[in-house]
Amino acid sequence: MGFPHASHPRETVVLSRYFGDAGARSYRGWVERGGYAALRQALGMAPDEVTAVVKESGLRGRGGAGFPTGLKWSFMPKNDGKPHYLICNADESEPGTFKDREIMRWTPHQLIEGCAIAAYAIGAETCYIYIRGEFTEPLRIMTAAVAEAYAEGALGPNVLGSGKRIDVVIHRGAGAYICGEETALMNSLEGKRGNPRIKPPFPAQAGVFGMPTTINNVETLAAVPHILTRGAAWYKALSLGNPKSTGTKLISVCGHIARPGNYEITLGFPMKDLVFDLAGGMRPGRTLKAVIPGGSSVPIMTAAEIEDCPTDYEGIAAKGSMLGSGGMIVMDDSADMVYQIWRLARFYAHESCAQCTQCREGTAWTTKVLERILAGKGKEEDLQLLLDLSENMTGKTICVLSDSCAAPIVSGIQKFRSEFEAYISKARKPALAGV
Amino acid sequence: MSQHLAQPHGAAGHGGHAAPHEPVFVGETRAKLDQLFARYPIKAACLLPALWLVQEARGWISEQAMAEVADVVGLTPAYVKGVVTFYTMYHTHPVGRHFIQVCTTSPCGLCGAEDTLKALLAQTGCGELGATSPDGRFTVMEVECLGACGFPTPILVDDDFIESVTPDGVAAILKRYA
Ligand SMILES: Cc1cc2nc3c(=O)[nH]c(=O)nc-3n(C[C@H](O)[C@H](O)[C@H](O)COP(=O)(O)O)c2cc1C
Ligand code: SF4
Ligand code: FES
Repeated sequence: MGFPHASHPRETVVLSRYFGDAGARSYRGWVERGGYAALRQALGMAPDEVTAVVKESGLRGRGGAGFPTGLKWSFMPKNDGKPHYLICNADESEPGTFKDREIMRWTPHQLIEGCAIAAYAIGAETCYIYIRGEFTEPLRIMTAAVAEAYAEGALGPNVLGSGKRIDVVIHRGAGAYICGEETALMNSLEGKRGNPRIKPPFPAQAGVFGMPTTINNVETLAAVPHILTRGAAWYKALSLGNPKSTGTKLISVCGHIARPGNYEITLGFPMKDLVFDLAGGMRPGRTLKAVIPGGSSVPIMTAAEIEDCPTDYEGIAAKGSMLGSGGMIVMDDSADMVYQIWRLARFYAHESCAQCTQCREGTAWTTKVLERILAGKGKEEDLQLLLDLSENMTGKTICVLSDSCAAPIVSGIQKFRSEFEAYISKARKPALAGV
Repeated sequence: MSQHLAQPHGAAGHGGHAAPHEPVFVGETRAKLDQLFARYPIKAACLLPALWLVQEARGWISEQAMAEVADVVGLTPAYVKGVVTFYTMYHTHPVGRHFIQVCTTSPCGLCGAEDTLKALLAQTGCGELGATSPDGRFTVMEVECLGACGFPTPILVDDDFIESVTPDGVAAILKRYA
């Protein structure tokens, strides 16, 4: 549902069904709306059976990478005698993305139920929900909901009378985009600086506290209860494009758009209709220039490229970009692409954890060069320099933050080169004061 | 490294350094921390939560408070300082009575966040980023994406998350904070 707008008839409303309905926030309210039936059902199955259902559904990670969820769960060792952990990634900090916040604000029990089912499936007794520090309201609501779930016996030593123990602990972050990266998050949870770790070892072998760990995004986990109650076949059938992209996805639409908000689509839904129909299209008198479809870390698409693009993992990849987190940033003809790309580069320079030279130097240097171009002091060779720097920042670092900085720069120069050249040739007035 | 775009540097200065450190982890706060320890397999995992408890109690985290946290969590003061300075939300200097964080990242920037920031800097009397207003009421910081890009411009005033703030709306919001 395009909260705060009424749901659009072309949406497929599953996760967002109760957005805006404060009555769904309490345990009782959630149970009245069918909640906790999925957890009860899961507890009556073998953990492996639960994983098999999720695998069969085709659910893929909604945090950015799109990794198949059931497969990820199946990597967890069996009968190894070690404690296992589940982490719910609620760090949501990718510019353009604001869907996990709505899930937590309106349907905290949808997430708690998903966490409990996943914990059961992977043999974990503890789930940490890592919520970014700035999300004060979701933090309050989630904390209250967890307390209520304990009081009602849906969490704790004897979950819904099954004899199984599942604890959920809310952990507050303290401001750092990089802590959304899964291994940085684990370090942060251990009380360290949020530096990403070199992989391998992968989390399923040695994750948080050195123990086997599964980490999933909020939206991924919130989908799990629905898959259990309605069945893998139902979920799998929700697919308008490629059969490898199944289910619904919340798309956060923001920027230059008439009706910003979260829209829940069946994967494969035409991107053009998403922008122009669901989200209301451009503001009066404006035309579409560009879309960044998957949060700020993915390549920019032109208006022409969205014309026939299915909104799913494969459809967007075929256009050279990515579905990512589903945070869609829309820009109309009033947007200055050079300025916007500089602002994004500055974001990554600010958020780099500075462990890798290519990232530390590259994010800062590209920001400087873009600043120079915007100040009217760019040189002809600066565009090649930006491309060379970007090349050196891609595929060479511990995590992909460095690649994420390069993505908008490279695609921006490829697709909007004349805007850069206008600053360099001084055809366009400087947008920034001297550097 | 994750630092504020500019560090807060208050009119309040580095006040409090000379005064002896009043321990934070006594009574109820100590009991809260002990409850937290039970939820994690290692004590160090309570470092971020412990730092939050300090900031809630004192408004900022002094070097002495870091030493106290190091002591109760079983780490060295240098380690604690290294962690504190990694995260943008911990204040290592005193700030105004109300701390305002304003998102200016691209999606909000496209929708006028920079004008909202200017209005906040002017109407609070802070003038510049990171400075505390002469009356000690406010400190304003520019921050990166607050995860509410569909509601530009979101701001955080202390723990109050306020959506869709425009320059025209600033005055009415500031009135609510004495
Ligand atoms: C720099 C960076 C930031 C990330 N931020 C987030 C985030 O805020 N939330 C999230 O769920 N995943 C984020 N991810 C992806 C996680 O590393 C991880 O893939 C995800 O949490 C796995 O969950 P999923 O399989 O359910 O998507 C980020 C990745 C990188 C490289
Ligand atoms: S790529 Fe950047 S953010 Fe990622 S680990 Fe290296 S320095 Fe840190
Ligand atoms: S860009 Fe401002 S909240 Fe995301």
